[in-house]
Amino acid sequence: MPEPLISARGLTKKYGDFTAVDTIDFDVDKGESFGLLGPNGAGKSTTMRIIAATSQRSSGTISILGRDPEEHGPQIRAHLGVVPQQDNLDGELTVSENLFIYGRYFGLSKKFIRNKIEELLDFAQLQDKRDAKVEALSGGMKRRLTIARALVSEPDILMLDEPTTGLDPQARHILWDRLFRLKETGVTLVITTHFMDEAEQLCDRLVVMDKGRIMAEGSPLELIKQYSTKEVLEVRFGSDRNKEVAPILREMCSRIEELPDRILMYVEDGEALLEAITAKKLHPTTSLVRRSSLEDVFLRLTGRSLIE
Amino acid sequence: MNSGIDVSKIRARGATYVAEARIAQMMKWKGIIAIVAIGNPLFYLVAIGIGIGVLVNENSGTSGTGGVEYITFIAPALLASAALTGALDEAMFPVMEGFKWRKLFYAINSTPINPGQIVLGVFIGAIARVVFTVICYWALLIAFGVVTIGQSWDVIPVTIFAAGAFAAVIMGVTASVKNEDYFMTVLNRMIIMPMFLFSGTFFPLNTMPIFLQPIGWISPLWHATELGRYFSYGYSISGVMLLVHFSYLIVMMVIGFKLANRKFAERLAK
Repeated sequence: MPEPLISARGLTKKYGDFTAVDTIDFDVDKGESFGLLGPNGAGKSTTMRIIAATSQRSSGTISILGRDPEEHGPQIRAHLGVVPQQDNLDGELTVSENLFIYGRYFGLSKKFIRNKIEELLDFAQLQDKRDAKVEALSGGMKRRLTIARALVSEPDILMLDEPTTGLDPQARHILWDRLFRLKETGVTLVITTHFMDEAEQLCDRLVVMDKGRIMAEGSPLELIKQYSTKEVLEVRFGSDRNKEVAPILREMCSRIEELPDRILMYVEDGEALLEAITAKKLHPTTSLVRRSSLEDVFLRLTGRSLIE
Repeated sequence: MNSGIDVSKIRARGATYVAEARIAQMMKWKGIIAIVAIGNPLFYLVAIGIGIGVLVNENSGTSGTGGVEYITFIAPALLASAALTGALDEAMFPVMEGFKWRKLFYAINSTPINPGQIVLGVFIGAIARVVFTVICYWALLIAFGVVTIGQSWDVIPVTIFAAGAFAAVIMGVTASVKNEDYFMTVLNRMIIMPMFLFSGTFFPLNTMPIFLQPIGWISPLWHATELGRYFSYGYSISGVMLLVHFSYLIVMMVIGFKLANRKFAERLAK
């Protein structure tokens, strides 16, 4: 079996008394799209910085492309593409100047970069913006440019920290489409996100993180199978009645979650359960039957929702 | 793996890539940089050198300026202050932009470039600006007939060196501060302004009361000015003082680099 591109064992990062990443283990294989899912402050970005060889671990081991980042930072960074949470483009320079300058940091020849820029402008759908100042671009365009910039060195691993946070739905879908294409070309992706739909769309395999620890690992489907039921029935009785009704509902299925505004009921057949509830003359003001998602997995694992 | 990436080459030349980027950024401001580099000395030389010079020369001849015309006396000082101001711009703003405004240094730091190379690259960029400023100024001094080419060319490297020492310190200090806006106000009003006034720019420092003279002694501008005068028109300085001026600037440069290297590495590793 080929060696994983990234392999961490007992990886820990402390800032003073605070443990940001707490003895985590994971592997990322070549060509895989690997996700770190968790709420803000779960330790995802810290883990990303350690993989990116810009922040050193406190203990444990990690190997990236077969090397230890503590000793071989530049060698590792030479083959990574990093897309940070906040765009750090040079707003005063043009789109193509940003790509060119970034390519130079990898010591690439001017000729190589010039050819690469054409390819990347096509990929990022920014051909007609090539000479535009970056400041004038929309949020979605800046994101795509940041991704294009990270690809200028043809990295083995592309790392994306919260790639679609702050984008409108349309811009998110364009971005997902671009990332999906990259995935098809065999680029290894490491993605952090606190959006379950993003994790479901983009990740082959993911770890669920909370408070610096890994709570679960698997493909989105496996995680849902393991930690949730096929369907979820969401019912609302109004905030006063929710409390009153909850004990009765609890009798009707193996697991319920009471949220401030609604009650989630985990079952194989949501419609059947809803009929049973109605038969008991408990008329919810609204009801919804849906498939289980990673949000439910997270709720099960931590007792909290992803976006708080 | 992209086989076109040669990490040992990046280790050797990384700082020049950062400097290339700095110069590309400065080129966006080339109009303003050129106006400042040419307009600033032009206004000063005309208004103060010639205008006030008439007053000075009529009232005290050249006795107050060590036997030279007033314009000759202030020319190397204005040259030094223009060089240091240029160095300040290109050492302070890129560091703020790099860490706070646009976080450009974090982008560079995720490439094979290391923090020390960012420091050196920004420094080289600042020096490029200083070289341009100093050469413009010097050309104007020659055009005004204040200095002659043969006798005064060595004022150029000396002034650039002094501006470099200042740039290194500013980079280190800027990287150390957390509250940038407050820092800029204090730096401009409380440090740069007095430095300009009390560094013997417009009058010899030793004409000031003794308790004000230390402002000049700690100011790199005074050391640069004294050296500039020595190299531009044969102003007399003892061998010991020459050594003091050079040593002071060298120490400044070394401390500046050490501080900048440490702070850059610390902030980028967070």
